[in-house]
Amino acid sequence: MTLIRTRRSTTTPPTDPARPAALRRTDRPYRGGGSVDLMKPTLGGLVGKYGVLVVMLAVMVFPFLWQLATSLKGATENIYEFPPTLVPQAPTLDNYREVFRTIPVLDYAWHSLLVGVGTVASNLVFATLGGYALGALRFRGKGIVMAVFFSTLLLPGEVTLTSQYLTVKSLGLANTLWGVFLPGAVGAINVLLMAAACRMIPSDTLDAAIIDGANTWQRLRHIVWPNVRGMASVVALFAFIGAWDDFLWPLVVLSDPAKYTLTVGMQYLSSNFAANPRVIAAGTMVALIPIIVLFAVLQKQFFRGVEEGSVKG
Amino acid sequence: MRRQRWYTPYLLVLPGVVWVFGFALWPFLNTVVLAFTDARPLRPVSFVGLANFQKLFDDERFVYAVTTSLVYVLVCVPLLTFLPLLLALLVHAKIPAIGFFRTTFYFPVIASAVVVAIVWEFLFSGSGTVNAGLKFFGLVDRPVEFLSDRWLLIGCAIGLTVWKGLGYYMVVYLAALGNLGRELHEAAAMDGAGRWRRFWSVTVPGVRGPMMLVSVLVCVAAMRIFTELYVLSNGSGGPGGRAMSMVMLIQSMGKGLNGQVGYASAISLVLFVMTLVPLAVVGVVNNQDLIREGAAERRMRRAARQVTRTEAAA
Repeated sequence: MTLIRTRRSTTTPPTDPARPAALRRTDRPYRGGGSVDLMKPTLGGLVGKYGVLVVMLAVMVFPFLWQLATSLKGATENIYEFPPTLVPQAPTLDNYREVFRTIPVLDYAWHSLLVGVGTVASNLVFATLGGYALGALRFRGKGIVMAVFFSTLLLPGEVTLTSQYLTVKSLGLANTLWGVFLPGAVGAINVLLMAAACRMIPSDTLDAAIIDGANTWQRLRHIVWPNVRGMASVVALFAFIGAWDDFLWPLVVLSDPAKYTLTVGMQYLSSNFAANPRVIAAGTMVALIPIIVLFAVLQKQFFRGVEEGSVKG
Repeated sequence: MRRQRWYTPYLLVLPGVVWVFGFALWPFLNTVVLAFTDARPLRPVSFVGLANFQKLFDDERFVYAVTTSLVYVLVCVPLLTFLPLLLALLVHAKIPAIGFFRTTFYFPVIASAVVVAIVWEFLFSGSGTVNAGLKFFGLVDRPVEFLSDRWLLIGCAIGLTVWKGLGYYMVVYLAALGNLGRELHEAAAMDGAGRWRRFWSVTVPGVRGPMMLVSVLVCVAAMRIFTELYVLSNGSGGPGGRAMSMVMLIQSMGKGLNGQVGYASAISLVLFVMTLVPLAVVGVVNNQDLIREGAAERRMRRAARQVTRTEAAA
């Protein structure tokens, strides 16, 4: 509330005509006395803004940091004390050693990675092909195909959970990683996103390529792909995060603990080896750190894709 | 200008279409059919008509599950419609290091729900940090058992969902705020509108479309809730399974050799109809103008016809 109050007191319109507002705009991140650039806060407002930002930052990352600290704390250190400590007194990697001994974390991570990479690859290939056809080519029945893709967006995966499992079982893929991977291999939303991106390619360019004698494959490789790479990276990132974080479907498909993916493995660890929370914390860090690093590396691409109005919802 | 073979486009969309039919439409049709049978694994199937649906109303687990899901929706929709908007306004400004804040606010979104639910479990367990804090301030004598009380458990799960969803919907709003011009803000400020007034009269109407989208997305997502409640209750669904969501019920009904596949399908079908409700509401609201225009036009035409008729008579 203080933020709002300080801001309100300074947002009165400028009354001095001798100093045109346009000349007062500077590159400072805050607004000076006579400036009317409303998109910039005042100095006091800026400080308040950073204050709120830091508080929100604490709320958003505290659980992760606390979990990280817990995973590094020794057996003698109290992990539940208040106020919580984020720096272990005697950092140790024992918990990580312990979790690797208790459950096959590396196998689980490998399984998650396989499913994730497979999902990204198949979605990229098939969504680009399908998106190109739907976005840039004309053919009979296109409207029907589009309608089919759109209608599946209304259908939550949870609704078809039971019969999806029956399908996968009848294919002989129950309790296999193929069974985990297969239903998500081509997402309708990804095809539609790629179609939207392909629609943005100027048709002149494609026509010129046809005149130059480029076949479908060459057009895809040299014209379509460079044009839709931005969208493709968003699709890839979401496909990977979705596959890596998915819990319900692998939980239903996999029954053998040796075949678990990381998420199911973490739940298994936390419900069956609850005695030592430090060890569980170490396990969750193994699941968390790769995805955070991946996102941190690709976040520029991601937010640019979002700004282009391509949020997946 | 078509130098491709006629079947090229069909070949290109074929994988997508096959997948949509094989892993979305076929399972859905299968669900609809199974909902009217008493299907169980390894047993002959027979149609039972509406028996599954009749059973639903007498099944207290189903009533608990629907209640949980509806409470989830009612609490999550307002929270996740407005809080992310405020957050987006906060990180919308072009000030130094804002990219860092945006990125870290998105961390809970990309983290697996299982992982953050396990962290939540530690924080809210009987001996956890939250209880230690409550004791520290002398608010409680005995630890509060957050995770073994139906409503406290649901509350914890909702807190988790809101915390995890903030960043996701923030990004949806960010894209919309980017399109919102500054002119309206400036004009409003010229007219003496304060910060609060401008939020309600400029920003909120400006993001009305995305706001509808977000509230529908939240609504559907809240009905599909599973992981948070599953992990926080260790798969049991809280005391007596009364904090189960609908998806948890479907999952626990359909699994194993004793799974009541038919009954689980009936619950799935109810869930599907429930997720369609918010979409239908938005459809009606969005097309309200169209509907009203249509009605007005018809009235005009009738009036015009009457006028011509009276003129002709005169």
